Amino acid sequence: MADIRNDFIGIKSPNPFWLASAPPTDKAYNVERAFKAGWGGVVWKTLGEEGPPVVNVNGPRYGAIWGADRRLLGLNNIELITDRQLQVNLQEIKQVKKNWPDRALIASIMVPCEEASWKAILPAVEETECDGIELNFGCPHGMSERGMGAAVGQVPEYIEMVARWCKQYTRMPVIVKLTPNITDIRYPARAAHKGGADAVSLINTISSITSVNLDTFSPEPSIDGKGSHGGYCGPAVKPIALNMVAEIARDPQTRGLPISGIGGVTTWRDAAEFLALGAGNVQVCTAAMTYGFKIVQEMISGLSNWMDEKGHRSLDDIIGRATPNVTDWQFLNLNYVAKAHIDQDLCIKCGRCHIACEDTSHQAITNMVDGVRHFEVMEDECVGCNLCVNVCPVEDCITMEPLAAGVIDQRTGKPVSPVYANWTTHPNNPAARVAAE
Amino acid sequence: MAEGQFKEGIASGRLAPAEYAANFADLHPPLDEHEALVEADRCYFCYDAPCMQACPTSIDIPMFIREISTGNPIGSARTIFDQNILGGMCARVCPTETLCEEACVRETAEGKPVQIGRLQRYATDAAMEAGKQFYTRAAPTGRRIAVVGAGPAGLAAAHRLAVKGHDVTVFEAKEKPGGLNEYGIAAYKSTGDFAQAEVDYVTAIGGIAIEYGRALGRDVHLSDLAASYDAVFLGMGLAGVNALRAEGEDAQGVEDAVDFISVLRQASDLGSLPIGRRVVVIGGGMTAVDAAVQSKLLGAEEVTICYRRGKEQMNASEFEQDLAASHGVSIRHWLQPKKVVAQDGRVAAIELEYTAERDGRLAGTGETVVLAADQVFKAIGQTFVPAALNGSAATVTLEKGRIRVDAEGRTSMPKVWAGGDCVTDAREDLTVAAVAAGRDAAESIHRVLTSNGRA
Repeated sequence: MADIRNDFIGIKSPNPFWLASAPPTDKAYNVERAFKAGWGGVVWKTLGEEGPPVVNVNGPRYGAIWGADRRLLGLNNIELITDRQLQVNLQEIKQVKKNWPDRALIASIMVPCEEASWKAILPAVEETECDGIELNFGCPHGMSERGMGAAVGQVPEYIEMVARWCKQYTRMPVIVKLTPNITDIRYPARAAHKGGADAVSLINTISSITSVNLDTFSPEPSIDGKGSHGGYCGPAVKPIALNMVAEIARDPQTRGLPISGIGGVTTWRDAAEFLALGAGNVQVCTAAMTYGFKIVQEMISGLSNWMDEKGHRSLDDIIGRATPNVTDWQFLNLNYVAKAHIDQDLCIKCGRCHIACEDTSHQAITNMVDGVRHFEVMEDECVGCNLCVNVCPVEDCITMEPLAAGVIDQRTGKPVSPVYANWTTHPNNPAARVAAE
Repeated sequence: MAEGQFKEGIASGRLAPAEYAANFADLHPPLDEHEALVEADRCYFCYDAPCMQACPTSIDIPMFIREISTGNPIGSARTIFDQNILGGMCARVCPTETLCEEACVRETAEGKPVQIGRLQRYATDAAMEAGKQFYTRAAPTGRRIAVVGAGPAGLAAAHRLAVKGHDVTVFEAKEKPGGLNEYGIAAYKSTGDFAQAEVDYVTAIGGIAIEYGRALGRDVHLSDLAASYDAVFLGMGLAGVNALRAEGEDAQGVEDAVDFISVLRQASDLGSLPIGRRVVVIGGGMTAVDAAVQSKLLGAEEVTICYRRGKEQMNASEFEQDLAASHGVSIRHWLQPKKVVAQDGRVAAIELEYTAERDGRLAGTGETVVLAADQVFKAIGQTFVPAALNGSAATVTLEKGRIRVDAEGRTSMPKVWAGGDCVTDAREDLTVAAVAAGRDAAESIHRVLTSNGRA
């Protein structure tokens, strides 16, 4: 049986599934329920500084996009940090941690970007005996207008500065939560690293408008006819999050910096992908908000069974295993040649591959052969683009088959070279030509 | 004395009033919006879609389904009506399981086709309920066209001709329009007086005058129509019914299934319709199933369909056969009627002879069986009655007992087109095929009258 116990920057949890700082972790009642359901850790909903708490809108806080059967694909929220008293939260954190010593409990914090504010709150949080803190530099809505959240996360210098304060004023491990609302995720990650942060977590939500009401012309979610951009999350953002995790994991300047992966984790498979790209664990929110806390049981059993099947004994066997395979485009092997192949026994003759290729790609798939509806790849036209695979509704019906070295590529008329060669040395590359001269 | 279902002989009121309403409710209730969106999402938007090829009217099915999926049912209805102005009825009565839905790639993939018929109904209902008319008449051409029969073929022809700016007069033998949509077809396939509503919707375009109670060969004559109109379209369907060719078939209680269905469709109180305790239906097509199932729904205790060949040869689709079975109708194969056993002039039983195919020919085996029956419905096919052509039969060439037409619907008689069940090769006598024939004949007429389509 695979060991899925997690040790993330010294914080131990029975599994790598944490609930992210968000509405599900706002109070003891929810967090207790989450731990009962089996979650390995919880990042408590973001605490603000002492004093009157923030207020939320009293209309809709969430917007969404759905599949046809109302399967939630993407969620957006305009909720702010906790709107409960700091002391209430701290007392509850302390009690819950006492009740659940084997689970990870992290406090998320967001206070003004001033040293005094951080210096004030850190001892109070430390007193709860929680396992660590997460600096919320990610929220793209509301708080960012007040110079916090993503407003900090978008300025690497601020990130470094606040991270340093936190390392200075507390012995607790510090995780910096990053916003994806920037051009290059490596810069804020490097700043966190430089500031001494123990880890980064990402992604926070993406600035978004989910839809526009075409009767009232108000963006959704609509508050009295007006809307404000919210933070987008859920399955739709996973590819963006995966890339950002990989970018940090393979950046020489941040290599080895622990990453808590967040963004659309819905199943054990999503989690395994984040781990493979270099995340030390994952945080989940939208999936729990959609289906409730019980989903963690599927995640635990799915991850364990997959690891057993593949012979992975512990999380260390899989964390970062895919990172070395993420590279720059310029290093991809241009001598690798693949052609689409349609399994005629599986083909249901919908013709989507044909029309996609015919209208929008390389005119490499038939629709009629000898007067019969028949879809077949013309290898002399196929560039191996994979679009047909992606639009085919039948799993494994169309596959990309690599050509073996020495085989003639019907499209170019040349044999497939066994030698790895990339753009950096390609004759069409002006830079390569210069280098050769 | 036994009551209800167990009352001997032929009797009305076998069921409680509420049971009739439940029994004759919509066979396929309409999809609500969410159901329609979910079902529409299953469509793969196939290239050169097989469903579209399988549709006799070539409706652009992937497009109309996509329009539903994007919340545009009105646009969807337009896509349907462009090809088939009776798309509402076809959505209800088409044997989709042997047409579009049989061809659906999801039938191939998982044995569960997209419910095209129900989606089509969703869209057409939306437009018809909104009273949305998509077509306006072209400038008047001054041409007058006579259409015989206000059934699916005649209505489709009339509508297309009216769109083109021609004036149409429809001669209908019955007192109501719609043809088999109104008088044929099981009641649970066309509820709520839909046939009439559809005719109103189709004729709302204007330029279509329907004269009721005017039968060809009785009240109007083909030669006169051809002389006084610019063109004539014949869409009068089939007026005759095949005989059982069994001894004693004139006994009381032996009836034509189409008459039974027609009376049922027009009945305002189903409880007043008499039905036998034991009913035998002779035949293997849709009409046989419609008659058998409705007999059961009226409260008959025992209903048996007897067909002279096997299950595979039945014209009723597998869905229809299953529908009959699920209503408790038993279907017996390889039986042909031999003799109606009467008592006091009323049918008491029917003697059938087993059949077998030998060297491709069907023959009785000599073995017989007697089924008790209070009522026997003949559903062994309808026939064209050439007498209606009233002497023109010499000019209007028949083939296999029906009117011969070319690919455009032209008969052998100048200025006369025909389509629907009254022509040879009427494609299994389907409503949707009749619509296609009427529409295409209208286009042909228009081309002829306007020098290749130019007015």
